[in-house]
Amino acid sequence: MTVPPTPAPTDPPAPAAQMTAAADVAARVVGLRKTYGRGEAVVRALDDVTLELRSGEFTAVMGPSGSGKSTLMHMCAALDRPDEGEVWIGDTEIGRLGDKALTLLRREEIGFVFQSFNLVPTLTAEENVLLPLSIAGRRPDPEWFDAVVDTVGLRERLGHKPNELSGGQVQRVAVARALVSRPRIVFADEPTGNLDSRSGAEVLRLLRGAVDDHGQTVVMVTHDPVAAAYCDRVVFLADGRVVDELRAPDRDAVLEIMTRMTDAGEASA
Amino acid sequence: MIRAALRSLLARKLRLVMSTFAIVLGVAFVVGTLIFSDTLNRSFTALFASTVGDVVVRPVGGTTEAGGPSSATLPAALVDELAALPGAARADGNVTAIGVYVVDSDGKAVGGYGPPALGLNDNDAPAAGGEGLALVAGESPVGPDELALDQVTAESAGYQIGDTVPVLLPRGDPDRIEATLTGLVGFPEGGSLNGATLVVLDTPTAQDLFLDGEEAFNDIWVTARDGVSQEELAAEASGLLPDGVEAVTGDAAADESADELLDAISFLTTFLLIFAGISLVVGSFLIVNTFSMLVAQRSRELALLRALGASRVQVVASVQAEAAVLGVVGSTIGLGLGVLLAVALRALFAQVGLDLSGQSLVFTPRVVVAAYAVGILVTAVAALAPALRTVRIAPVQALRDDVALPEASLARRFRGGLALFVLGCLSLVAGLTDLLDDVVDAGGWFTGAGVLLVLLGTTAMSPVLAQPFLGATRRAYAAVFGSVGNLAGQNSLRNPRRTTATASALMIGLTLACTMAIVGDSAKASTDRAIEQNFVGDYVVSNPFGGELNPALADQVAAVDGVASVARERFALAQEDGDARALAATDRAGLALFDPVFVEGAPDDLVDGTVVLKEDFAADRDLGVGDELTVTVPAGEQTWTVAGVIEDNPVIFTPVLTTIGTLEAGGFPAADYVLFVTAEDEAGATARDGLDDLVADLPVVSVKDQQEFAADQRAQIDQFVLIIYALLGLALLIAVLGIVNTLALSVIERTREIGLLRAVGLTRGQLRRMITLESVVIAVLGALLGVVLGLGFGVSLMYAVRDQGLEVISVPFGQVAVFLLLAVVVGVLAAFWPARRAARLDVLEAIATE
Repeated sequence: MTVPPTPAPTDPPAPAAQMTAAADVAARVVGLRKTYGRGEAVVRALDDVTLELRSGEFTAVMGPSGSGKSTLMHMCAALDRPDEGEVWIGDTEIGRLGDKALTLLRREEIGFVFQSFNLVPTLTAEENVLLPLSIAGRRPDPEWFDAVVDTVGLRERLGHKPNELSGGQVQRVAVARALVSRPRIVFADEPTGNLDSRSGAEVLRLLRGAVDDHGQTVVMVTHDPVAAAYCDRVVFLADGRVVDELRAPDRDAVLEIMTRMTDAGEASA
Repeated sequence: MIRAALRSLLARKLRLVMSTFAIVLGVAFVVGTLIFSDTLNRSFTALFASTVGDVVVRPVGGTTEAGGPSSATLPAALVDELAALPGAARADGNVTAIGVYVVDSDGKAVGGYGPPALGLNDNDAPAAGGEGLALVAGESPVGPDELALDQVTAESAGYQIGDTVPVLLPRGDPDRIEATLTGLVGFPEGGSLNGATLVVLDTPTAQDLFLDGEEAFNDIWVTARDGVSQEELAAEASGLLPDGVEAVTGDAAADESADELLDAISFLTTFLLIFAGISLVVGSFLIVNTFSMLVAQRSRELALLRALGASRVQVVASVQAEAAVLGVVGSTIGLGLGVLLAVALRALFAQVGLDLSGQSLVFTPRVVVAAYAVGILVTAVAALAPALRTVRIAPVQALRDDVALPEASLARRFRGGLALFVLGCLSLVAGLTDLLDDVVDAGGWFTGAGVLLVLLGTTAMSPVLAQPFLGATRRAYAAVFGSVGNLAGQNSLRNPRRTTATASALMIGLTLACTMAIVGDSAKASTDRAIEQNFVGDYVVSNPFGGELNPALADQVAAVDGVASVARERFALAQEDGDARALAATDRAGLALFDPVFVEGAPDDLVDGTVVLKEDFAADRDLGVGDELTVTVPAGEQTWTVAGVIEDNPVIFTPVLTTIGTLEAGGFPAADYVLFVTAEDEAGATARDGLDDLVADLPVVSVKDQQEFAADQRAQIDQFVLIIYALLGLALLIAVLGIVNTLALSVIERTREIGLLRAVGLTRGQLRRMITLESVVIAVLGALLGVVLGLGFGVSLMYAVRDQGLEVISVPFGQVAVFLLLAVVVGVLAAFWPARRAARLDVLEAIATE
């Protein structure tokens, strides 16, 4: 079991020009821009976003619909390419990577939890958990696999197919899959969006635990303030820009900022 | 949003295109075979209408084995007498000879095995059908140094008007002439000689060369005046004919020859009919499969309609309306494609000597009716089942994320399939054995229905039957290809119905290919064995085109150094109570060589005017030594005394054997079919060299030893099998396209899953491999089922006909292995496009797809 690299204790927000040492940063983006569509229908999804995601931290990205939070996550997760700016995963800048290199990067360095349709329906829970490893032709570390399976509490359900699992169980399998290859960073896109509050809380506790116990870096897109309260840090996006940031958030503080953003949005509209 | 909407529309459009495509293929297949069959029939009809006048006056009696004219002739004076009849507009005498071969510019005789090489005199007598042969270019030949050819022959031999053309004559002196090509004949109104070659000479030259200079004709065409029917004219003509000459109406004469030939090619039309039926079944599978997938994918949309208040009937009707539109569009395109297919079939058959290029394609209304009936009905039925399934589930359920459509239970389907299968087997037994022959005479129908039922039953059972195979493949794939293999294996197991329905197209094609392979191989093995047991003498001299030999050849062969003896064999047809009976004739040497076992009588008793009968033939007629057999031959009615009764003998395959003298006295031409040569001891090589020298200048004579003779016979079987393979190649193509269709739709259906796999690290190459492996499973499954069924059909078919000279059952395992390998190739090829499409999916968009 690895010792979690704790973030530096003295930790004032650093200016973008002097980023923290690479070892501490799981991923960072610099001057990111992305637009969709053309002419009248042009949508500026990201407008000069600079952000760093530190190792061993649980970060939430929040913002109203259309704020660009999903686009940001897709860039960081090597699922999409920016129009402008840089995306670094560890020491790798993904802008110039081809499809093959991007795929390998996702396979080796990144774990995913999506809101829905997380599992391959033809595979059992166990096969789904091991999918990224088996695609890469790697053998799982049995101790680590056992630890992950026990953490997510799915030992009895390993042989089941996704359609035999509840929504919460499916998301837990997805979390196990994201963790089992020990990626540099795990991205979760509204992982609790389709779950009832109890199942949702379980999934969030799992992600929190991965950060606390194993130093896993997790980034989660959400618009649920309760979910955001599980995180170390919340980044707020509006109209494709980072507009605010909160450390050690609680539900009320998050709600307050979101309300303020919504009001500002309505005032400017 | 706009982009997403466009994408979705495009995806929908692609689905529509692909389901239409399934209909197009099914319809094209049916249309192509129907048009080709019609064209084939029309070309024969045209041919026969052109080979008779209104009334044909001819010697009574038989024709030679090759269907040529008898050697009895009609005096030239008869022509004028007939022309003077009150009902006759004119009368023309015809000279016809077979075995008149055109030698092409490379010195080879033109023609194939089967169609005759004809020599004719030039006349412009109108044929009864009004579609007679006529000069289409150049001038009619005049004098001994000019000739005309049919267009197709001139073209294939490479001659143009003005060229000098060498021609081989069947018998007599000279056996070869050279003349200048002055004109080309053909069917101005369309029609084909189907591979026959024509050499046209002026009447004196034709009589000189073919009738030993006699001023006579083989037959006379009498043309009726306007308002005089064929029957009236025939009755008038009969009045002035001498004994042994008859007048028959053109219609009757054409029907006679058409019946003979159509009998000979009936296997072809039957086969094409079966083929059209199979194409219909395969096409239907394709359509049903595609539509099931389409409707399943739209189940959410349909559920929404239901939630908004549409009744079940309305939803089903909307699906049916869509199916009808697709059916009409697909049938129309299929009709066009079918015409192209018919063109391709015509080209294919031209390769093996059945040249229909002179006959334009026949497009009858029934083809159009069949095309639309197939396209629209099958599509409607295909769309009905999934639509009914969709409306049976509650709308709320269908609106949820992943809907499982209720399916009829596999167990019930299996039982139904098993029932069909058993019924099919029983029907096959009834068709292939003589169990029911006393009750009904419909063996062919029982066999055909049995094959169809077994195929349908197997298709219905295959989702269950295939489970062990698919499971084993998944494990094997997982072991060899790791995770990608496991995924591919799981995908094929995901919907066994779909996997097996897709495989069944290939299954049907390979079932037939395998059956034909066994039939062909068994036929070859049986031929080999027959030749081994029955090849008599050391060498066989024959005409490789199946025609006659100049009778002088036997003497020349006998004179070759090292040849100990030469035996002649001839064949002819006589009429016995209106039925044709095959006759064989040989000489003393032949009788000694064939060595038949005499049940009654002795070899020495066979003299001119007597016959030897096969045991069963004699038993049927209750004939024995000393009894008489009466037949009609060209020289008129003859009564022959039975000199002996023999056991079955493979070299003498006719029921009646007589002497060469008997045949010649009966008016049959003096022409040998086969010479059996025995070499002197230790002089084999000398004899062979001498024989080769002798026939070197004779393009239509060949010398073969046993191996060569066997190879020759095998080559004929191979050619037949090849035609069938080529047709099945088309079925294979449809099967490939069916797999492409299913895979492509399944890729669309699984877009999100593919996005997920790509997100967690599946490379494009791995994705392509996964889909290729999936495709290979489908193909191999279809091939395996097909091979197993084909082995069953082939072996039982050969077992059923084991009494008819095909007693060896031989399974070409090498060929079967090639079929299976071919299936793998088919799988890989079929996956190419769907795999590429899947690999090109944008990961993000794929994940975001609804």
